Amino acid sequence: MSKEWPLWEIFIRGQHGMSHRHVGSLHAPDAEMAIKNARDVYTRRNEGVSIWVVEAKHIAASSPSDKGPLYEPSESKVYRHPTFFDIPDDVGAM
Amino acid sequence: MDTALFEFCLRMGDNTLVLGHRVSEWCGHAPVLEEDIALANTALDLIGQTQLWLGLAGEVEGRGRDADALAYRRDAWDFRNVLLTEQPNGDFGQTILRQFLFDAWQSIMLERLKESSDERVKAIAEKASKEVAYHLERSRDTVVGLGDGTAESHARMQAALDKLYPYVGELFGADAVDQEIAERGIAPLPADLRDAYDALLAEVMAEATLTIPDSRWSHSGGRDGSRHSEHLGHILAEMQWLQRAYPDARW
Repeated sequence: MSKEWPLWEIFIRGQHGMSHRHVGSLHAPDAEMAIKNARDVYTRRNEGVSIWVVEAKHIAASSPSDKGPLYEPSESKVYRHPTFFDIPDDVGAM
Repeated sequence: MDTALFEFCLRMGDNTLVLGHRVSEWCGHAPVLEEDIALANTALDLIGQTQLWLGLAGEVEGRGRDADALAYRRDAWDFRNVLLTEQPNGDFGQTILRQFLFDAWQSIMLERLKESSDERVKAIAEKASKEVAYHLERSRDTVVGLGDGTAESHARMQAALDKLYPYVGELFGADAVDQEIAERGIAPLPADLRDAYDALLAEVMAEATLTIPDSRWSHSGGRDGSRHSEHLGHILAEMQWLQRAYPDARW
């Protein structure tokens, strides 16, 4: 068994934010300690009201080498942006 | 001057000042970054509480001394912290066990101070108790983790408990100041907290697979200033030298 603590990815919901945002990572022996460590490392300047921790090995990520097939096809498809509609003035800011 | 209240505030504030300074000595030296930051946060909380307690002490004294003057311009024999708080850090286990022994006492004390007859004491307790609830949760978990950990961590934690337990009793000492403060409803008699403390200690030590020493014999002489250990002088030398060398220095 490894003597190193596992790595945890930390997500924090800010004071006014709607969703949790990834803020960084840290080491901890278990999920409970990861939350405590996140509290001490990432919320000491009043940054958050909620903490999520996920052990890094449980995050599946896309591969950087796949970026061509994954993202480039959408670059040339401007019609997917809803910018071709006339919006009545009465609607106001959307 | 209200001597009893002044003494009471010094006892509360010197505990947090000296322990806060001790814990701050870990800054940059803790075994892992996460613990380093957590210990620094705890130290800062304790120093923040010191400002409140010593600020109130200065106000009660009414001789123009503020929290800084009380922290930086008193000598060892004027300090009223319990001996537990001035004990050396030792290894990380010893530091965290000392923290737990103090956090457990402080959390019980502050809960009771929320019902103080003195509004100012009550206000400090309200604010500090939230910080201390977290300190206790953290030190408790770490003590359990290390006590019920590897053979080496267990042995170190048991050694730390054997070394520090003889300093626990002083937290519950009683003298004329304690009597007067209790009669006026400002704070409970320290001895009245012992049952709750012992219950918490027994619960956590059982979980940590650590054995509480049989003897209840206790060192004393910190909270009345009569017999501080030699360690306090060294702490003050480091903590006070700048204000002593350059009085009223600001930056």
